[in-house]
Amino acid sequence: MAIASETCGILPSAHLQRLLDTLSAKGYRIVGPIVRDGSVVWDTVRSVSDLPIGWRDQQEPGRYRLEQTGSQEVFGVVHGAQSLKQFVFAPREPLLQIERSKDGFATRPTLPQSEKVAIIGARACDLAGLTIQDRIFLNDAYRDPYYASRREGLFVIAVNCTRALSTCFCASMETGPRAKHGFDLVLTEVDDSLLIEAGSEAGRDLLSNLCLSTGSEQLSAEAARRIEACAQSQVRRLDHSRLPQALYDAHEHPRWDELAGRCLACTNCTMVCPTCFCHTVEETPDLSHQQSTHTRLWDSCFTQEHGYIHGKNVRPTIKDRYRMWLTHKLASWIDQFGTSGCVGCGRCITWCPVGIDVTEELSALLTQDGRSSGTPQQMESS
Amino acid sequence: MAKLEAPRKRPRLAVIKFASCDGCQLSILNLEEDLLALGEALDIAYFPEASSAMNAGPYDIALVEGSITTAEDAHRILSVRQQAKVLITIGACATAGGIQALRNWADVESFKRAVYPNPEYIQSLSTSTPISEHVRVDFELWGCPIDKGQLLRVMTDLVGGVQPRVPADSVCLECKRQGHVCVLVAKGLPCLGPVTRTGCGAICPSMGRDCYGCFGPSEGARKGPGLPPNTTSLARHFHDELQLIPVEVLRRFRGINGAVDPFRNESTVWENKG
Repeated sequence: MAIASETCGILPSAHLQRLLDTLSAKGYRIVGPIVRDGSVVWDTVRSVSDLPIGWRDQQEPGRYRLEQTGSQEVFGVVHGAQSLKQFVFAPREPLLQIERSKDGFATRPTLPQSEKVAIIGARACDLAGLTIQDRIFLNDAYRDPYYASRREGLFVIAVNCTRALSTCFCASMETGPRAKHGFDLVLTEVDDSLLIEAGSEAGRDLLSNLCLSTGSEQLSAEAARRIEACAQSQVRRLDHSRLPQALYDAHEHPRWDELAGRCLACTNCTMVCPTCFCHTVEETPDLSHQQSTHTRLWDSCFTQEHGYIHGKNVRPTIKDRYRMWLTHKLASWIDQFGTSGCVGCGRCITWCPVGIDVTEELSALLTQDGRSSGTPQQMESS
Repeated sequence: MAKLEAPRKRPRLAVIKFASCDGCQLSILNLEEDLLALGEALDIAYFPEASSAMNAGPYDIALVEGSITTAEDAHRILSVRQQAKVLITIGACATAGGIQALRNWADVESFKRAVYPNPEYIQSLSTSTPISEHVRVDFELWGCPIDKGQLLRVMTDLVGGVQPRVPADSVCLECKRQGHVCVLVAKGLPCLGPVTRTGCGAICPSMGRDCYGCFGPSEGARKGPGLPPNTTSLARHFHDELQLIPVEVLRRFRGINGAVDPFRNESTVWENKG
């Protein structure tokens, strides 16, 4: 049986260029995953051949490798280090231009130029991260105009995951592997077909322009089966049933000391986290001190200065900093924003240079004696 | 630290060299257009690398390049300190002893015999030491060479009567801001970025290379218990996961900034594991 064509359609993978051309015709710059330096990064896509066709990523704690399978799979790479964060909360955002005047100084906001950007290849965890960021930056009372300006121009084409990495735990965070909301279009790659569904008015509009063959229940069922299998195959999970309180109760747990012995306080986990929003501001005056640029930069609760208040650093040690991060991310975030700060993407596990695994650490911290109740490897073999 | 009050006339600058390769001084000359602005904001009184007009002190700002490797230099730095209101070390040699501090682990006499036909003419100390081991230093700029942007920033702050500040975070923070792929995680290279101070702009990882720590340890040279840089954990990862043999781990840390406490201590640990 056919499904209504305005919300769902089938595009042969070989015809994906039609989707890109339609987006281009509508004035979008298309951004997708591009293979670079042994991983994928977001960059401008002009043709389907720019996408990582045939590539797959293997991820484990502290390790990322790509391999070429020789297939025609377009979306075989689940993700790289970059979430969608950089597109809305820019790593380096000039906020104000300040100029000295006769009787003081004048400030001029430097809002980013609005740009229509279509991102193809976002995952369910990325969308969940974006939703959380929206809540932080677009909150009515403290709406961030820089974020809002970048957010406005985004058209998001998500891809449902049909393959889980060893570091994925979105199923336990209930954020994936199926993209539920926050997208304009969502694709599910089933062999050489792409099942396309619309999730917004703009998405439906684009879908009708494509004039696709209508979706079939058979293909939808196969897509659903593969997404479910992906969820079932996840070897890591994060048990948040007793959060936030259980982590507050673990404040003096000996595991924090053990963790501090491994943590480098290098900031990588916070940089790759789709929801970490900490930033600092930097003043860059010219030599004559007549003007200055006021810039917002990504910062991290793992830096020395982040814990500095007047006359004192409240988080001098690595232990203080890691405990602050994990407790905020998994516990106090819930009190603050009504949601966990973790979406289960597993990036902090992969991109930690020494492979610290949040799921394992939380499990250990919620155990009385501080020993993990089971490593993922043990779970796999059991 | 000593600060310049908002000056009535242009502050006098001296650039003074000790044992070094001159690369940091060249970074000043490489400021190009900004060098002209710097020349207007400051009175460049003594800078033999740039000009034969060498005016006597005292100076408002002394930029000191190079380490102390001879008895004469150990004496000369005292005089530089006396003549300078603000003394700033520029680069790994002046700040940490430099690559020539490798002699601190070796027999300098054997080096002399190997290199010079008449080693008796060479008079040098058995160690290379940073300026801070000899006189009070007001500010340190790390790097081999220094970052010219950081230098300009410190000069700008001093001219404006502001306490200079440069970030002490790890290289990783800037590397990720710039969107580079982590060479440690994606290629298995023994990158020192996680324990190295930012400031270079993550140059090596941006070229697919592993950081070799030329900006010294993140969060400074004096490490307290439980504070970064956690060289122990990174070194263990190099050995256990990236399969470096102990002498390779040792050499990662015993390089341009090998004489600085956190890196020196880590390399010493791996001496005994060979």
